[in-house]
Amino acid sequence: MHWSFYIVAGLTIGSAIAAMSLRNIVHCALLLTITFAGLALLYLQLNAQFIALAQILIYIGAVAILIVFAILLTRGSDAAPASTRPLRGIACGVVIAIAAFATLARAIGSSAAIRQTSPAAQTATVRQIGQELMKNYIVPLEIVALLLTAALIGAAVIALQERRRSE
Amino acid sequence: MSNPLAHYLIVSAALFSIGLAGALIRRNAILVLIGIELMLNAANLNFIAFWRYGKNPQALAGVMFVIFSIAVAAAEAAVGLALIIAIYRHYKTTQVDKLDQMRG
Repeated sequence: MHWSFYIVAGLTIGSAIAAMSLRNIVHCALLLTITFAGLALLYLQLNAQFIALAQILIYIGAVAILIVFAILLTRGSDAAPASTRPLRGIACGVVIAIAAFATLARAIGSSAAIRQTSPAAQTATVRQIGQELMKNYIVPLEIVALLLTAALIGAAVIALQERRRSE
Repeated sequence: MSNPLAHYLIVSAALFSIGLAGALIRRNAILVLIGIELMLNAANLNFIAFWRYGKNPQALAGVMFVIFSIAVAAAEAAVGLALIIAIYRHYKTTQVDKLDQMRG
């Protein structure tokens, strides 16, 4: 493996651990952005340029900003910072996560299927992706468009409801 | 463990476990949602790694699946955060273990 892989992987995993363990929730959101950027770099290393750009546009540009706005709008609930779980709950969650990781790592290490990989570099150009979307995946594309419209209208309705009722 | 696919799968498994730990441990609903996003991203990384190192990379199924997965994750984040804001307006809290109104 190239050394850049280890740098990017370490950055991604380190920032993910920090995002899940820091106390200040704004710091968590900002570190989550670094995790998303690291994932975009991993996609670039895997020759998936379009997915990397989509990751930057959607996750860093939209989801992270949305999370920061949600944090700002729900501020004040964290006025009392003494809101940590009892130590037993934290230990329980960490043990479950480590067990999940151990199971997955064991399965990856012992799998025979992933040893037969093709090293040939293959790229997915935007032209190929567009033609594929318009030919084989046209129905899922329309369904996703409908889903996104419905979900965004639904999100606006849910977030507005309370104020309309109190007026 | 010398082939590159296993490295990416290990990174993805680590990301999934971190997201799982966060979703289980943290009490703030927004951080639980962030943990779920991390788990979804780990799945996307798996799709891309298998597409790149798979036997038939001419088929774009892995890339297509990730595109749709990102779209669904964006819709999920929008609805989830709207729900959190609505819950905050109602209960004045985002701590998930204080929302126990339906406990019998």
